[in-house]
Amino acid sequence: MTGQAHAGRPNQLLRNLHSKIASIPMILTAVVIFLGGTLWTVFYSFTNSKLLPRMSFVGLDQYERLWAAPRWLMSIQNLAIYGFFSLIFSLVIGFVLAALMDQKIRFENTFRTIFLYPFALSFIVTGLVWQWVLNPEFGVQSVVRSLGWSSFTFDPLYNQSIVIYGILIAALWQGTGLVMCLMLAGLRGIDEDIWKASRVDGIPMWKTYLFIIIPMMRAVFITTLVIIASGIVRVYDLVVAQTSGGPGIASEVPAKYVYDYMFLAQNLGQGFAASTMMLITVAIIIVPWAYLEFGGRKRG
Amino acid sequence: MADTIPLKGQAAHGASRLAPGPQGRKPRPMFSSRNIMIYGALIFAAAYYLLPLYVMIVTSLKGMPEIRLGNIFSPPVEITFEPWVKAWATACTGLNCDGLSRGFWNSVRITIPSTIMSIAIASINGYALANWRFKGADLFFTILIVGAFIPYQVMIYPIVIVLREMGLYGSLTGLIIVHTIFGMPILTLLFRNYFSSLPEELFKAARIDGAGFWTIYFKIMLPMSLPIFVVAMILQITGIWNDFLFGVVFTRPEYYPMTVQLNNIVNSVQGVKEYNVNMAATILTGAVPLIVYFVSGRLFVRGIAAGAVKG
Amino acid sequence: MNNVSVSVRDLSLSFGAVTVLDTLNLDIQNGEFLVLLGASGCGKSTLLNCIAGLLDVTDGQIFIKDRNVTWEEPKDRGIGMVFQSYALYPQMTVERNLSFGLRVAKLPAAEIDKRVARAAEILQIQPLLKRKPSELSGGQRQRVAIGRALVRDVDVFLFDEPLSNLDAKLRSELRVEIKRLHQSLNNTMIYVTHDQIEALTLADRIAVMKSGVIQQLADPMTIYNFPENLFVAGFIGSPSMNFFRGEIKDRGGRKVIEVNGVDFGMEAYPARGPLETGRKVVLGVRPEHVKVDENVPGQEVHDAIVDIEEPMGADNLLWLKHAGQTMSVRIAGARRYAPGTALKISFDMSMASVFDAATENRI
Repeated sequence: MTGQAHAGRPNQLLRNLHSKIASIPMILTAVVIFLGGTLWTVFYSFTNSKLLPRMSFVGLDQYERLWAAPRWLMSIQNLAIYGFFSLIFSLVIGFVLAALMDQKIRFENTFRTIFLYPFALSFIVTGLVWQWVLNPEFGVQSVVRSLGWSSFTFDPLYNQSIVIYGILIAALWQGTGLVMCLMLAGLRGIDEDIWKASRVDGIPMWKTYLFIIIPMMRAVFITTLVIIASGIVRVYDLVVAQTSGGPGIASEVPAKYVYDYMFLAQNLGQGFAASTMMLITVAIIIVPWAYLEFGGRKRG
Repeated sequence: MADTIPLKGQAAHGASRLAPGPQGRKPRPMFSSRNIMIYGALIFAAAYYLLPLYVMIVTSLKGMPEIRLGNIFSPPVEITFEPWVKAWATACTGLNCDGLSRGFWNSVRITIPSTIMSIAIASINGYALANWRFKGADLFFTILIVGAFIPYQVMIYPIVIVLREMGLYGSLTGLIIVHTIFGMPILTLLFRNYFSSLPEELFKAARIDGAGFWTIYFKIMLPMSLPIFVVAMILQITGIWNDFLFGVVFTRPEYYPMTVQLNNIVNSVQGVKEYNVNMAATILTGAVPLIVYFVSGRLFVRGIAAGAVKG
Repeated sequence: MNNVSVSVRDLSLSFGAVTVLDTLNLDIQNGEFLVLLGASGCGKSTLLNCIAGLLDVTDGQIFIKDRNVTWEEPKDRGIGMVFQSYALYPQMTVERNLSFGLRVAKLPAAEIDKRVARAAEILQIQPLLKRKPSELSGGQRQRVAIGRALVRDVDVFLFDEPLSNLDAKLRSELRVEIKRLHQSLNNTMIYVTHDQIEALTLADRIAVMKSGVIQQLADPMTIYNFPENLFVAGFIGSPSMNFFRGEIKDRGGRKVIEVNGVDFGMEAYPARGPLETGRKVVLGVRPEHVKVDENVPGQEVHDAIVDIEEPMGADNLLWLKHAGQTMSVRIAGARRYAPGTALKISFDMSMASVFDAATENRI
């Protein structure tokens, strides 16, 4: 810059003023709620706040108590099992369904409507329906027994060791339609000529999918993975509706732990510490993804 | 391998003679083994997805004696609508026995203003980000998008405090604000991407014509963007209607939305379980998003895929 | 100074580390038709957008009619603008499109009607006024877009590649119309294009741009015949000017350019300064300034062999092998030469251009 005066150069704060005024809700949400709120919660997780937040620091006490609590350990274990199988099955079922839908079939719209409708339903509705279907007295178990297989046992919601799989079944029913849709969009984005080329080269279809199509859909898989994963960490309503965390504490999840300690047990410090752990879990998923997606290349 | 040989053979034929008759591949017969496998798998999957809906409906149309005797998949012998009436009008949550209708109207009173407010704010945000970017705007937007991945549990308590300070904690207005806040990331992204996809020259032409921020938004952008507003509406109506967590955290029992009330009715420990009433209540709660889903069709797909759209 | 319509002074624009315009200066006269010509990414559209006020400049000033408008809103600059994609508001009729700016400015209805009617008459789009843009052809849309600039009753028209989306036939038709419009209105027009035919046919003056810098600003004939540097020489003209790398030699007091052992005498060349012996140069000659089987007085005659013949009707384009490289020659369409034919050529050095090999500037 030379020392020369810029006649009429306006105050930079006032330029584009309407846009700035219109963005105030966004700025407040981003800075106060998302950034400020998160920092606030992390900050207060180092206090022994009970009914009300207060500034008496206890260092990592809350975290030590958290990781000593059987209920939290059960929550984490459940989240790990649920998360692992939910990811695998969502991706596999979603992709297989999408691949089937991509075979130039008839009634594609009908099938899509059927696969996707559960996604329009809330987790509460999903949980209650599956609670009923899996009810051992009247549901699947009793129906199979009445067909003659009298020793058949399938009562996930009443069996501590497998209750989390009962929740998994409901979650897959609700969510795989979305994965199918994302995968189908990915498949449709692939150049028809790839298929022609692999046909001419004589590559069997399953090999084409495995070695050509899936690697080409890397971006879709990663995006889907992130969507599923961030949903997994949040899982709450489904458990509340289907099992309320039971039997005992067998189907507790971290999100429920946070809610219960914040609003029912009036032990805010525990709630903050647990929610901070959830935040760290998400960061472990998101940060590498964001780095891969946006860190490598700069957008103009 | 087997597939390629006839292809090559055909190409050779096509080159050597120009005979009349059909060219190209033979159409596949409808009942080839390949088709049987594909349709078989799809129909099996469809049955799995439809089963719970079917069970819900038939259960809700049976009387309790029939439910206790029969299995859940059998169609009702004697159709009764009494469970529906009871679910709607007289089912009890705690001491209140006025059915789901209260929750329904609460949800209506929550969903409509929340949808309107969240879309209004997010569309203006998206427009400002797409067309009137100012220094720092991208930073706020990035925080907003990152915030979409932060578990709600992390931010809930600070919001409780803010709302309490404003005197809105427990009120419908407070819940509407919460829905607007948490709808903002995805909707802002949706609108930003949409407005960015509109030709930039249109915006420039309007500026040359002397139109400012609001004139361009209302006179140029809005009329061109009705489809994306419908997509956003679908997204918000279903999302807000289906919400449970915010409803239970931010409202008082008399304002509980339908999902919360449904859960309280079905999972209440008192009294005899009336499965038919429970299922009727469940269908009633799922009805609004289901209707939105079936009516909107492809736009719904576009709405949920919006989450996958990269910024 | 009062004859200057638009004046750009020391204008710089950069996005982060990328400099798009670099201390650019440009004066445009009242009523002048100025074309900004360059390949995509050369900064020509950016410059136009700065003049329009659609981009904030990093440094420098812009004057329109002696008024510093550097920080004024586009609407206050007294400009109208026509875009490549027409940029018609799809939901409005042609009439509403034309009057939108006037309605925003809250002009009285009678005045709006008058101006719209006048613009529609000039552009002969009266029958289209009630239609929506989607019901118009490309040419009609662009006419409406021009009309939108016209109703604003401004001194300066800005065109951003207005014909690039049209097919070749329509493009030449509208080109003529724009020229006619300029002749009848006599407004200042600044016109951005990458098409050299548009530039040569429309412009009073052309500014050839590259990397955010004006390479040459002159009337079309000067640009064509006396390019200021190697870039301008190569950019203008189709087929491109023939270039020969060589060295200035002294042949007994006579200056020549030696190219691969072949001499080209420089007596006829309008040199700007002394031609130092031993200087490395690039000799440029346009295809039509090479004579085939006909002498240019005082000029060497060289042998060449026809490689490829491209008859184009009025002209015939010969690709020759000469002085160790391929060159093109334009001759009358009636004169035909089969490939392999040996022929005699000589260069019209009075119309040639010689550039310093290092600086690439004309000498």
